[in-house]
Amino acid sequence: MAANTRNLRTPSERAWTAALWGVSCLVFFFLLAPILAIVPLSFSSGQFLTYPIPGFSLRWYADFFTSEKWIGGLVNSLIVGVSATVFATALGTLASLGLVRARFRGKGLIMGILMSPMIVPLVITAVGFYFFFAPLGMTASFTGLIVAHTALAAPFVVVTVTATLQGFDMNLARASASLGAGPATTFFKVILPLIAPGVASGALFAFATSFDEVVVVLFVAGPGQRTLPREMFSGIRENISPTITAVATILILFSVVLLLALELLRRRNARMRGLA
Amino acid sequence: MNSDTDPLKARLRRAERMRQVKAFGLIAPLLGFLLVTFVVPIASMMMRSVHDTELSAVWPQVSAAISTWHDRKALPDEATFAALAHDIKTSYKERTLSTAARRLNYDLRNGRSLVFSTARALPETADRWTDAVLTANPRWGDVETWGAVSRASGPFTGFFLLAALDRHRTAAGRIVPTPAEEAIFIDVLQRTFVISLAVTLLCLAMGYPVAYLLAALPPNRGNLLMILVLLPFWTSLLVRTAAWVVVLQENGIVNNTLIWLGIIEKPVRLIYNQIGVYVAMTHILLPFMILPLYSVMKAIPPSYVRAARSLGATPATAFLRVYVPQTLPGIGAGGILVFIMAIGYYITPALVGGAGDQMISYFIAYYTSSSVNWGLASALGAVLLSATLILYWLYNRLVGADAVKLG
Repeated sequence: MAANTRNLRTPSERAWTAALWGVSCLVFFFLLAPILAIVPLSFSSGQFLTYPIPGFSLRWYADFFTSEKWIGGLVNSLIVGVSATVFATALGTLASLGLVRARFRGKGLIMGILMSPMIVPLVITAVGFYFFFAPLGMTASFTGLIVAHTALAAPFVVVTVTATLQGFDMNLARASASLGAGPATTFFKVILPLIAPGVASGALFAFATSFDEVVVVLFVAGPGQRTLPREMFSGIRENISPTITAVATILILFSVVLLLALELLRRRNARMRGLA
Repeated sequence: MNSDTDPLKARLRRAERMRQVKAFGLIAPLLGFLLVTFVVPIASMMMRSVHDTELSAVWPQVSAAISTWHDRKALPDEATFAALAHDIKTSYKERTLSTAARRLNYDLRNGRSLVFSTARALPETADRWTDAVLTANPRWGDVETWGAVSRASGPFTGFFLLAALDRHRTAAGRIVPTPAEEAIFIDVLQRTFVISLAVTLLCLAMGYPVAYLLAALPPNRGNLLMILVLLPFWTSLLVRTAAWVVVLQENGIVNNTLIWLGIIEKPVRLIYNQIGVYVAMTHILLPFMILPLYSVMKAIPPSYVRAARSLGATPATAFLRVYVPQTLPGIGAGGILVFIMAIGYYITPALVGGAGDQMISYFIAYYTSSSVNWGLASALGAVLLSATLILYWLYNRLVGADAVKLG
């Protein structure tokens, strides 16, 4: 609408557009400023997290890459994140393939159950896992954490892949079947290549969910499974050191890469739909 | 002809049934996985809020005998006192007394010391156990002490759910408010509600103009600016919380800038209090308001506002009477989404709030791990979960489950 009013150009409308831009820029500033403010601090040579920065140095990055605590946390995060992503993507993609074909009664209930890890507050989820794992001896184990993160991440795969499949032309699968391909061949040679961008986005969502999760980790992880967010949590709580700003900068870079990857996948998906 | 079509119909029906069985087979692995690892544990957690066998497991005799206590104004009979004495002595020897003491301590002030002092003072034998128990600790002469035993005798109890709402039952069975100095949860629920509502309104006030601008811009410029919303959305929650700690702390950027500008003379406390909670939570939840608003606004055809304008409405009237009503579904969806997420928040208030700014999630965590009272943790969880599910149901009514979109 602002675009339209610009053409009309009465003074009040120009003021209106200016006010809209003004307010929006303030909000953009609020959204980005704190995130961007922390980046230069990570390159500071000083101990204190304030401006002006006394000098440039990479000491906090050196601190990160040589610290057993931080690198251990990163490795644990990757172990849990990658495993949970693999399981969540496999289970979620299968379920999505079923969901787009399902016409039976109770589909709504099933959908509700599949989505529930996205809706239930994380503290309740975490306590539920804790009560469940404790008698099985699965607290303080990678298995427990991976199971928990798989459950948390699976709905994101289901949402993404279901949305992709809704734009998928099922006649292609029928054509493949009529030409003599079995269900497995049809899936791997026809369906999967076409929905691959959607599956990849789902996997990225799943990984991001696990990689950023800390509440469940607080409850079910032991000292041997402390992930990067868990180390950050105690870092922020106890004594916020400049090393945290270095970790934060690395993670911001990671989000930028993730955002770009998702945008590329979205475009690719749109193009494929155009073809199909 | 019938003989030809009927088998065909039956075959089609069979084929369709096979299709559905196959579809279910594809869903089953994830469904089963989530049922076992997610749904059942949470259901059993909810059960803990009403299922209470802690006491009856270690004090079986008195838990059974108390069910014969009908006249709640007088003390129980000798048999019940004898059962209590027997259970206390047995559990003292078997070292399970602390379980009973802990359970009674939830309900009775100094319940723990009552149980242990009674155990130490009880004689080996007695003619009348009523006298022996009363000599060991006179508090057993109070019907409210017995009321606590009765409430804890299981297997089902409303004790924890009532406690989560600052209520308890007297020995006579009346529900009364907990004395003000012990009541905390109504305050916590109120605070959770107020903080969540304020954060939702802040998000709406800040998100509406941005969503409006993004929807009005030509697609290529709109998408470019959308990155400014999506980047914080994708940045780790802990990174954003850490950023606010750095920015708002006593010698942080905001305080230093304000001092430099001469607005304040010495640092103001901006974090570890409500200000910190509001600022950080609004920052984290704002994209969840902007995205649904944007998708609703994007679908509104500009012709309605143009029509209103051509019929003589001022820009303000056209905006308020024609445009805003069309965005109500977006306001509702974004508002409920932000509110649902806000009431369950734990990490951010724990890191940037003060002791008096903690929300219900903090207390669920606290009663699970720090002060072990799983019944109460589960009851608070039940309150939070029901609120969330009701709101989610509303959200579904408003936008439909299929509208769950990401990014």
